[in-house]
Amino acid sequence: MTDKQRDILKNRIAVFFAWVAALAFFFPIFWMVLTGFKTENQAIAIPPLLFFEPTLENYTEIQSRMNYTHFAMNSIITSFGGTLLALLIAIPSAYSMAFNTGRWTKDILMWMLSTKMLPAVGVLMPIYLICQKFGLLDSRIALVVIYAMMNLPIVMLILFNYFREIPKEILEASRMDGTSTLNEIRQVVMPLAWGGIASTALLSIILCWNEAFWSIVLTTTEASTLTAFVASFQAPEGLFWAKVSAVSTLACAPIVVFGWLAQKQLVQGLTFGAVK
Amino acid sequence: MAGVTIENLRKSYGDIEVMHGVDLNIEDGEFVVFVGPSGCGKSTLLRMIAGLEEVTSGTVAIGDQVVNDVAPSKRGVAMVFQTYALYPHMTVFKNMAFGLMQAKTPEDEINRRVTQAAEILQITDYLDRSPRNLSGGQRQRVAIGRAIVRDPEVFLFDEPLSNLDAALRVQTRLEIKRLHERLQSTMIYVTHDQVEAMTLADKIVVLRDGYIEQVGSPIELYTRPANQFVAGFIGSPQMNFFDADDCNNANASGNITGVRPEHLTQVKSKGLISGKLELVEQMGEFALVHLSTPKGAMFSAKMPLPPTEKLGETLEFNANSDDLIHLFDPQSGLRISE
Repeated sequence: MTDKQRDILKNRIAVFFAWVAALAFFFPIFWMVLTGFKTENQAIAIPPLLFFEPTLENYTEIQSRMNYTHFAMNSIITSFGGTLLALLIAIPSAYSMAFNTGRWTKDILMWMLSTKMLPAVGVLMPIYLICQKFGLLDSRIALVVIYAMMNLPIVMLILFNYFREIPKEILEASRMDGTSTLNEIRQVVMPLAWGGIASTALLSIILCWNEAFWSIVLTTTEASTLTAFVASFQAPEGLFWAKVSAVSTLACAPIVVFGWLAQKQLVQGLTFGAVK
Repeated sequence: MAGVTIENLRKSYGDIEVMHGVDLNIEDGEFVVFVGPSGCGKSTLLRMIAGLEEVTSGTVAIGDQVVNDVAPSKRGVAMVFQTYALYPHMTVFKNMAFGLMQAKTPEDEINRRVTQAAEILQITDYLDRSPRNLSGGQRQRVAIGRAIVRDPEVFLFDEPLSNLDAALRVQTRLEIKRLHERLQSTMIYVTHDQVEAMTLADKIVVLRDGYIEQVGSPIELYTRPANQFVAGFIGSPQMNFFDADDCNNANASGNITGVRPEHLTQVKSKGLISGKLELVEQMGEFALVHLSTPKGAMFSAKMPLPPTEKLGETLEFNANSDDLIHLFDPQSGLRISE
């Protein structure tokens, strides 16, 4: 075998494994979408059915039982609200940490990140009691604040790294130009780190969207998000696979569509930011 | 316009002092070049004048005003950075106008000033482009233009040419010189390139390890260097130094003898210095020959034509005149005045 043939073979093998991995990731999602269009009996049929006559019965039943749009709206408001709040706090903080790095900056970042190692259930009682005290149980505000705090360390860390990529001289030039700190962040740092901010925001929105623990614990009906909506389909008499699959598909769809749309923007933003 | 006065200026980072009580007076309209090897403190000094670096003690005054605690933008200075530091997300016009916009200058005034600066620097055609679509030389002009529109009392240049290729460097150097003639502003220029320093400066400040070694006109520094360091730093190729027992200088009396390569002439009889021919560099207009003294120290001489001798043979040299022989104290390195 020549070197060239060996290279081609290596390449083929790599591509093959990439496909296997990609399919392994995709299969559960594919199966979920498929199951959503089956009847309950077809859903639990053994051997599993790959070809069947699709039905929308699950979706109509879901919509008649609960108001999907209400939950979707809550998910949108809490994920975007939480992300916005996190960015509002993280951008100035990351700015000061990236451009006025001190002896303890790294330690502070690690300390912030270490809060992510704490199991959420560990702070369940205090947070529940605080929300109760302020009358924030089953409110979107509580979720927005908690989601923001939950994502803050990771958002800070990513932004910090993006900001550090900005050449220091550009900020010094803006200081020579007499830019105020606020204008420096708004007119120089943010446009330069736009790709980073956009991808961080997208990540944060996805994390908020998928969050289930706090949504289930702190809300009942008014502020419940799609994750609570999915959980509510767990009936005492057992799981109805077809219905749960349909519900899950509905819960995933908006964020998948949003991510797909944002991707183009994101790529644009990333290449724009890469220019020195 | 204004001069700059620096008194007993010190700078420390933690316990480490990098600037040890510098005094310097820069006249109004003067072109001053700070020169020295890496880490000598020339950039730090410039950045303290700009206000980008805090002053540990001592004072910096621009005109009559002590500016230690004045924000960079309020000092009446403008800076051109080595990396250009243009805003990549703004057009050339906006890059130049940004400072004026921050100062809430009226729009027609901004337009007037930017257009004028662009004409001076011949970048009018690029005003709508973004910096990434410009060449290095064009970017540097924009960076200079950004400084000009602010109409500063003092221009600060931090190694502005070091990112340009050789040909462009010479051209831009000329343009900066011309700009100074035209604007007559005070300009402070940092470089490690002594050729830039010699060609641009009215006054050169040679720095080493946070101390000023010598201040003077280029020709003063060239003809009467205050010490061995300045003698070696100014002039290219570098001045040759000989130990007292390694050359034939009757006046040396234990001191180090210094002669520039361009001031050595080959002689037939026993000269000031003899050397074994090691290498010949043919430069076209002259030949630079590298030799070794009897004690093995290397030195060089500029000759109009390559020597006829072969490598390994011994050549004799004299200084063109006794005025061109410098003496330095071997301990302190200080010049011994004749």
